[in-house]
Amino acid sequence: MRLTEEEKAMLAGELGEVRRWAITHQAAVGAFFDAADFVPVSQAHIMADTESLGEAGVRFLEALAAAPEAERRVRVPTITDPRGVDFRVYRRLGQTPEMAALEIRAIEALRAFDMLMTDTCINYQTVMAPIRGDHVAFGDTGVVIYSNSVLGARSNFEGGPSALAAALTGRTARYGFHLDACRRGTRRFRLTATPADFSEWGAVGGIIGEACGSYWEVPVIEGVEAVPDSDALKHFGTALASLGSVALFHMPGITAEEPAFAGSPPAASVIGRSAIAAFLTRYAAHDDKLDVVVFGAPQLSLFEMKAVAQALDGRRVHPDTTVIVTTSPEIKHAADRMGLTRRIEASGAVVAQGICFYQSYAREMAEANGWTRLMTNSAKLVNIIAGYGYRPTLASLEHCIDSAIAGRVL
Amino acid sequence: MPILLYCHKGIGPAVNGTALVAADNFSARYDLDRKNGVFSRPSHKLAGQSYVGCVLVLDTAKGGVATAWMLHEMKTRGIIPRGLIFNRVNPILAQGAAFADVALVDRFDGDVTQLFRTGDGLRVDPAAGLVEILKRDR
Repeated sequence: MRLTEEEKAMLAGELGEVRRWAITHQAAVGAFFDAADFVPVSQAHIMADTESLGEAGVRFLEALAAAPEAERRVRVPTITDPRGVDFRVYRRLGQTPEMAALEIRAIEALRAFDMLMTDTCINYQTVMAPIRGDHVAFGDTGVVIYSNSVLGARSNFEGGPSALAAALTGRTARYGFHLDACRRGTRRFRLTATPADFSEWGAVGGIIGEACGSYWEVPVIEGVEAVPDSDALKHFGTALASLGSVALFHMPGITAEEPAFAGSPPAASVIGRSAIAAFLTRYAAHDDKLDVVVFGAPQLSLFEMKAVAQALDGRRVHPDTTVIVTTSPEIKHAADRMGLTRRIEASGAVVAQGICFYQSYAREMAEANGWTRLMTNSAKLVNIIAGYGYRPTLASLEHCIDSAIAGRVL
Repeated sequence: MPILLYCHKGIGPAVNGTALVAADNFSARYDLDRKNGVFSRPSHKLAGQSYVGCVLVLDTAKGGVATAWMLHEMKTRGIIPRGLIFNRVNPILAQGAAFADVALVDRFDGDVTQLFRTGDGLRVDPAAGLVEILKRDR
């Protein structure tokens, strides 16, 4: 890779051991992907939940955080993805004091880098949305696909160590979606049905994700008749990224960039009502006892919090069912101020901030609470959570809440 | 005579191990019971099988960024594949392998899930961009 004088100095350790580690890691990844050089980034977003970090990852962060302040401070505004524990509700969810203790250590280490503890996977809705052409180092697949596609920003999936490295060096290796050549369409899809709600937008994302099945595919989706709102594209994108590892999509006339193809556009695959219904049917479990309903993955926007509150108003969650609503600290604060949290919790539901359920020791929560059947309107969550021992069902928000009241899947 | 298969230069140390092959994809968060070292996702083609100490041969990476931290955490406990061979990975697997110093190679001429068989004795040399099949049962 071509290196600037400053990058050579970092690599030689002249700016301290922390930045030497960071740029060495980035150079190794850059070489693997044949990057020609580095590109400056305007912000970084770090996934570092304690379930993923484990004791070893926390010790790694603590070791870096022990460096002198001038050597460990991040060089660009750096924000955090959801954490593993919400200290106000963790006991109620069956998480342990040991999990909370590890979380405290991780937070202290992350703060030592001068990060902004946003604890959110919806920063593009709530913190600082990147703009078209903005090179960033984002560390959550849902954040990356929304930022690349809807906003026209440029990021690869930056896992925790790499996003941390980008924060410390202020740059990332220029490969993948930082390059024009990778942003061209490779597949075409045509929607012939309009998704009715977020679970169906997620289903469409899942269908296209499974068809693409690779980070390096860029689907172009035609036939979207009405402009979807931000939450619809949030659910669509997170499912597409989760089921397909896809990091960029184009919807002509809606998303930021008009798509180009390397050669002739490929033939379009049609996605209609029957395909959406079939995707949802995969997870159907009519009349099963319902253990837990989760609204999250991604965290809820303020509008989604209002929709949950409206659907729960004057109702009581079944005593054998737990309803968990996850959102960012900023939206939780707004929901508190606007009375939405009180309305949701009056039903018996739990509102958690700064977590996103599947990053919160989901297997241990299931074992502690005896949870098996999970219901959600998030296609991303149903895709992830089976590996943790859950049997998930995908349905609309209203269907989930009606089922939570009944204590069984309606 | 060993069979030599060339690929793009990879990441991590040279390792020897026995291949575990499936035409399926991979995410440490989505697919693994990392405590017990087995594939836990019921729909995965390796469901119930141990991945500890093998050279895992799969198609590509799934969504999710957690693998970047998890390979490091798995390595410190010694409950990890010895090497990783894929058709083409996403950045998360490459970043995770670089962070944990785990052998990873991809981009062969041909489908790795066909080139390799479960039980093959392999030597993976990421720096050379080379995998040798040292032993294959007929």
